[in-house]
Amino acid sequence: MIIASNVSKKFGKLKTLDDVSVTCLKGECIALIGPNGCGKTTLIKSILGMVVCDSGFITFNGNNIRHDWKYRARIGYMPQIGRYPENMTIGQVLDMMKDIRGCKNENLDEELISKFGLNDVLKKRMSTLSGGTRQKVSAALAFLFNPEVLILDEPTAGLDPVSSEMLKAKIITEKNKGKLVLITSHILSELDDLISQVIYMQDGRICFHKSITNLQQETGETKLSKAIAHVMLKR
Amino acid sequence: MKKIIKYVIIDILRNKIVLAYTAFLLLISITIFNLEDNSAKGLLSLLNIILIIVPLVSMLFPAIYVYNSSEFLELLVSQPLKRKTIWLSLFLGLAASMAFAFFIGAGIPILLYEATPTGFMMLGAGLLLSVIFVAIAMLAAVMARDKAKGIGVVVLLWLYFSIIFDGLILFVLFQFADYPLEKIMVGAVAFNPIDLSRILILLKMDVSALMGYTGAIFKDFFGAQTGLILSFAVLFTWIIIPAWLSLRKFNHKDL
Repeated sequence: MIIASNVSKKFGKLKTLDDVSVTCLKGECIALIGPNGCGKTTLIKSILGMVVCDSGFITFNGNNIRHDWKYRARIGYMPQIGRYPENMTIGQVLDMMKDIRGCKNENLDEELISKFGLNDVLKKRMSTLSGGTRQKVSAALAFLFNPEVLILDEPTAGLDPVSSEMLKAKIITEKNKGKLVLITSHILSELDDLISQVIYMQDGRICFHKSITNLQQETGETKLSKAIAHVMLKR
Repeated sequence: MKKIIKYVIIDILRNKIVLAYTAFLLLISITIFNLEDNSAKGLLSLLNIILIIVPLVSMLFPAIYVYNSSEFLELLVSQPLKRKTIWLSLFLGLAASMAFAFFIGAGIPILLYEATPTGFMMLGAGLLLSVIFVAIAMLAAVMARDKAKGIGVVVLLWLYFSIIFDGLILFVLFQFADYPLEKIMVGAVAFNPIDLSRILILLKMDVSALMGYTGAIFKDFFGAQTGLILSFAVLFTWIIIPAWLSLRKFNHKDL
């Protein structure tokens, strides 16, 4: 569904992405992991077209994304740090996004809005929100339009345990509907029951891209965190 | 595109700076027209104030606005929208607000007190200047990533257009006083929209008789139909080129 071929990106002298090629297929749930600053967020942002890559190309359903912009209607994106117009209220942000996407009300998936209790705080301005509530707004927006692809950049960072479980349950239901889910996270233990594939990145390169069963067999570990530690120690 | 312009304008109105600017212009225009017994003289005083204030506010406010709405731009870029649509909507929203503020603040008093060809020329020039400096400010804001640097550049550009450029022209005029520079001066004016507007308006007034030989050359050129059309073409180029350059830059910007 999403294919990146030989994507490179430099910020000044720093090579953030170095000849990265990945293939993501429908129905997969992929964990993108790696140390800080290894290029995970840059890869995600280039898939979304927010970062323009220097060389290589990315296709979405066979169309090069550089000349296409409509494909973004099929992606739900939850950024690492949700940044919203500060003087708008939650309700206004939600309405604006619905208006911009031009969605009819019946296609909307408002489960997370109600589960997170955002309906009670619709009048609050974005500038007064706590980090966790902001994160809830980002999550609700990512799932709101029933997208085929979900890209979640550190979805549970800053969420309380209850909301975090709600979000995980939601990710699993969406994955079971056959959607492609791409998650980055540093908390490997919470990825265990979500993912089917692992991409490990380091210094802007992809070290490996394996299915979770393959990884478990190779390392003899059942837990993702231990399996990754096993691989890293061998290097 | 309409939807985004709508959100930009709602946001600008909520910001109240533009409302304050409108009120300030309105206060100045009405005061000046009431102070002078002859409204043509009032127009001349207003001209000098407007040519300082309009470019300054039309550059500073949009530049700060673009930096402050970086979150909004980031949010929009991850949505199914063309970058061109986003940037042009922002430009049109800002340009419309600044032009509308000028129209309410200075345009209406001009129409009330001095609805002559000179008044209309001043109204047109003021509206064009508002849009020109919004385009220049947006170019500066998209080129400099750092907010302080971007705003600094905007202030320097304003200084250049309102003071330094005139200084340079005077310097050249005095240094080369022995040579016939009048025709070159007509060309040099095209590089500064503020001076171009000033000349267009002054030539509509009676004071142009006091401007000597250069004034006569100017009158000969700008007074004629072709000169007038050419001047407005130059002013429109001052909108189109910065806007186009900033759009090109924004299309490849990493957010």
